[in-house]
Amino acid sequence: MSDQTTFRQGLLDPSRATPDGLKGPANAPAGKRYDVYRNNVTHSLIAALQTAFPLVRKILGGQSFDSLAPIYVRAHPPKSPVMMQYGIDFPAFLETLPQLSKLGYLPDCARFDLALRGSYHAADAAPFDLAAFQTLPPDEMMAQRLPVAPATRILRSHWPLYDIWRFNTVADAPKPRPVAQDVMITRPQFDPEPHLLPPGAADWLDRLAQGDSVQAAHDATLTTTPEFDLAATLVVTLGKSAFCTDEGR
Amino acid sequence: MLDDERRFDGLPARPGVGYKPQHFSALQADPGPVAWIEVHAENYMGDGGRPHAQLRALSERFALSIHGVGLSIGGETPLDRDHLARLKTLCDWAQPASFSEHLAWSTHGAEYLNDLLPLPYTDATLARVASHIAQVQDVLGRQMLLENPSSYLAFADSTMSETEFLAALVDRTGCGLLLDVNNVFVSATNLDLSAQAYLDAYPLAHVQEFHVGGHDEDHDDTGAPLLIDSHGKHVIDPVWTLLEHALATTGPKPVLVEWDNHVPDWPTLRAQAQRAAKALAT
Repeated sequence: MSDQTTFRQGLLDPSRATPDGLKGPANAPAGKRYDVYRNNVTHSLIAALQTAFPLVRKILGGQSFDSLAPIYVRAHPPKSPVMMQYGIDFPAFLETLPQLSKLGYLPDCARFDLALRGSYHAADAAPFDLAAFQTLPPDEMMAQRLPVAPATRILRSHWPLYDIWRFNTVADAPKPRPVAQDVMITRPQFDPEPHLLPPGAADWLDRLAQGDSVQAAHDATLTTTPEFDLAATLVVTLGKSAFCTDEGR
Repeated sequence: MLDDERRFDGLPARPGVGYKPQHFSALQADPGPVAWIEVHAENYMGDGGRPHAQLRALSERFALSIHGVGLSIGGETPLDRDHLARLKTLCDWAQPASFSEHLAWSTHGAEYLNDLLPLPYTDATLARVASHIAQVQDVLGRQMLLENPSSYLAFADSTMSETEFLAALVDRTGCGLLLDVNNVFVSATNLDLSAQAYLDAYPLAHVQEFHVGGHDEDHDDTGAPLLIDSHGKHVIDPVWTLLEHALATTGPKPVLVEWDNHVPDWPTLRAQAQRAAKALAT
């Protein structure tokens, strides 16, 4: 077995003994000195999870979150040095924990945190020319293809995800209503903002992202969501910077 | 993003700071003696947004050092080509005055362990690290600087000292050196060696940048001091003394103050940069 394989095995497994061949001053056994690396690895990964999942941590409380985090970091060490991407598997991990079965919405909250972070680091793009769009005759408006901005994220949830986010982050926000909510995250400049989407709007946005025109996306959405309201959807998406110009992509 | 005239000029022989986004406005309003900034490469490997915008704005005014923490140059496995490509993209875009990495490993197989892990100083390690450094310099198209680690333990297998190892790497690869004098102090204390002797043996002629930072104090199983390189405190006086000792030989060089945890307000960090300016003036 290679030296680094042996060294690595104990880093995320506190039950393993200190590897052979490591020493302190005067050839003393390394003992606790190896634990410095164990602590650095484990604590730095836990700190990265804390940074990545603020909504999940708010809901669970710091103590509960910090007791789950070591289980995750030992089972799912990062696969890349780009730590801003760490935690992709965290929503699925939360789904497997029996002690969280009463918090069925928590994995979606983790997906919400991931989407917020993804939006923050997404590519820049020139803003959509809303004024030009608004001067178009209605039939031309409906024939337009609207490029979805790289920082826009869509989350579908069976839970009141938007209300849960607001309740946990905005002072005096009302208690979540028992409804399914889709959420759109947009980034007007540097700070991602969550918005509640009307029913069907997530499907409509997906169609646009695949290159459908406003009209074609509308028609396709109506087949699955008869109550889809294009006017209301345009207000929230156009008004909240969901789109960009093609040149900016 | 910088004009060509500023490419590859090296960092100014003045104080720099490890850049933290919370200091963005204060640093520009009142930089004090700070002439350059250093950023961790991996924090700027997103596709855009605020991190890139801040780096673009700060580059108008401050020389830039890109300091990688995730390349795992000491790893037993081949360098991560995807990561090397990301570094190249970042360096091509940001055109830093300097690129540096660590004498350490952090990736094993498909796992990234998010820490700077130690190496035995042997001929086999030397050959491997030298080949990795050559690969980095080849891909990036520039010289890199290599930083000495903080050590908490030593390897029974080591056949040479860290200073001999670093000197051999410079000979083989033509890389430059980043001398972290806090790491020298931490390692010397932890391994019961002389920091002064380390500096006397170190190939100071190849230093292109210094680091100073704070550390925590603990003890090992026998009660011996065990210093932890935490970058969360003021730089202690003995570390400033070591820096001044090294500067007496090298002449003025870029000196970076690192403060990565429990990040203080800007005036506190600026005061550490002023202390570095004093060391540069003596």
